[in-house]
Amino acid sequence: MAEKKGWQELMRGGDLPPATALENKTGSWRSLRPVYDPSNCIHCMICVAYCPDMAIPIKHSEEGVVGKGGRIYKGTVRLETDFDYCKGCGICANECPTKCITMVREE
Amino acid sequence: MAKLKAFTGAQATAEAMRQVNPDVVVAYPITPQTPIVEFFAQFVADGVVDTEMVPIESEFSALSAVVGAAAAGARAMCATSSQGLALMWEIVAAAPGLRLPIVMPVVNRALSAPINIHCDHSDTMGTATLGWIQIYSENAQEAYENTLLALKLAEHPKVLLPVMVMQDGFIVSHGVETVKILEDEEAKKFIGERNPDRYLLDVKHPYTIGPLALPDYYFEVKRQQEEAIWAAKEVYLEVGEELSKLTGNKYPYFEEYKTEDAEVAIVVLSSAAGTAKEVVDEMREQGYKVGLIKPKLFRPFPYKEMRVALEKFRVVGVLDRSIAFGAYAPVYTEIRNALFESEKKPKLQSYVFGLGGRDIFKEDIRKVFEELLSNNVDSQTQKYIGLRG
Ligand code: SF4
Ligand code: SF4
Repeated sequence: MAEKKGWQELMRGGDLPPATALENKTGSWRSLRPVYDPSNCIHCMICVAYCPDMAIPIKHSEEGVVGKGGRIYKGTVRLETDFDYCKGCGICANECPTKCITMVREE
Repeated sequence: MAKLKAFTGAQATAEAMRQVNPDVVVAYPITPQTPIVEFFAQFVADGVVDTEMVPIESEFSALSAVVGAAAAGARAMCATSSQGLALMWEIVAAAPGLRLPIVMPVVNRALSAPINIHCDHSDTMGTATLGWIQIYSENAQEAYENTLLALKLAEHPKVLLPVMVMQDGFIVSHGVETVKILEDEEAKKFIGERNPDRYLLDVKHPYTIGPLALPDYYFEVKRQQEEAIWAAKEVYLEVGEELSKLTGNKYPYFEEYKTEDAEVAIVVLSSAAGTAKEVVDEMREQGYKVGLIKPKLFRPFPYKEMRVALEKFRVVGVLDRSIAFGAYAPVYTEIRNALFESEKKPKLQSYVFGLGGRDIFKEDIRKVFEELLSNNVDSQTQKYIGLRG
């Protein structure tokens, strides 16, 4: 990390530029891990919307990915959870309509 | 040209708020502050201001909402008293930490327990270490003018801190006086528009407000805040000079009343200073060299200027309308502090008076002056005015 700033260099009131959390990996204190089963996913984006972090990345896929029932899901699809940021809160697992996310204890 | 109106202190404050026309006002009614927001709510209902007024379920939420609005870029105001201020406490500390220029009129009232709705300064003195600028007003006129001044002071780029503008509960808030009100145009021109350098609703320039700052950064953030409140001292005079051109009144750190050749002086805040001035006049006519100092800007405290002002007296009596339990009273503490560097310290005496709204009379103040003149003082013992033995 860069040299720490003195009081005259910091933004007023301890305000920060946006998205500084990207510089830090904040997933380290997770005690539960959401294990995602892509073969049961319908790519509904509910977990993406509910995740209070931004730990579920998405992308646009023309060719599509294989999901629930062996179907090809095209368009916006979810990817593997980003464990650099996932806090293990379990909200995604709770909200997923197909129950394809299981919370397991971290080792 | 100013207009003369028969206004209570609360009404005069609401009038200043009408001229400010804040974007947002959030408040909860509490005696004796209630008429301020009542009068203001009437302006909202009548459509003479276009303020978003939010009646809310508690003072904690009131100041929280004002903090949110101010961070979003709005000019936001609140008003409170006593228990209301106490309930806000957590946010009272947060607002200056977040560097938000909020102006909050506070109508001074005693704190529970025992429950009491009348004037003393225990409510605002309890928040004097939290980082708000504090200005005390003697009467409705000062409450009006100080509200306008406070707004400009709070929003000054060197300051960006919240300001409390005090007036004495009931004595000033509910007493009718003649108040000189500026023309709307003049007042609005003086206040100008809030022009924040950054605000949360500016989605093109996002930033993070109120982040966590642990031992590695918290200290630096507080040091900035300290710098800002001391900067407010200079800015207070600048803004006061500007307002002075419109009102013809002066905005010093403290008012010096008949002090030039005074041997003894009383230091007292707010409405009691008005009573004390009458006593000074009467005793002056009888040949006593007595004077008065009425602090206006209490935070930041003008230590050096106060020291210079006090050095010319032989004896000084400091009257506090609150107790600091287990310590010297708040105003007395600052007067003692101010004199530490002095080579010619006057003798000092601390008096506590008027708790829970107990009246102070001219005879009481005359007795204080007589005691000071007689040199019968002890700087380490607190005396009480109007207390049954
Ligand atoms: S909520 Fe469940 S089904 Fe929907 S995208 Fe997320 S993991 Fe897939
Ligand atoms: S466990 Fe919580 S933080 Fe992690 S991906 Fe699910 S919702 Fe997001």
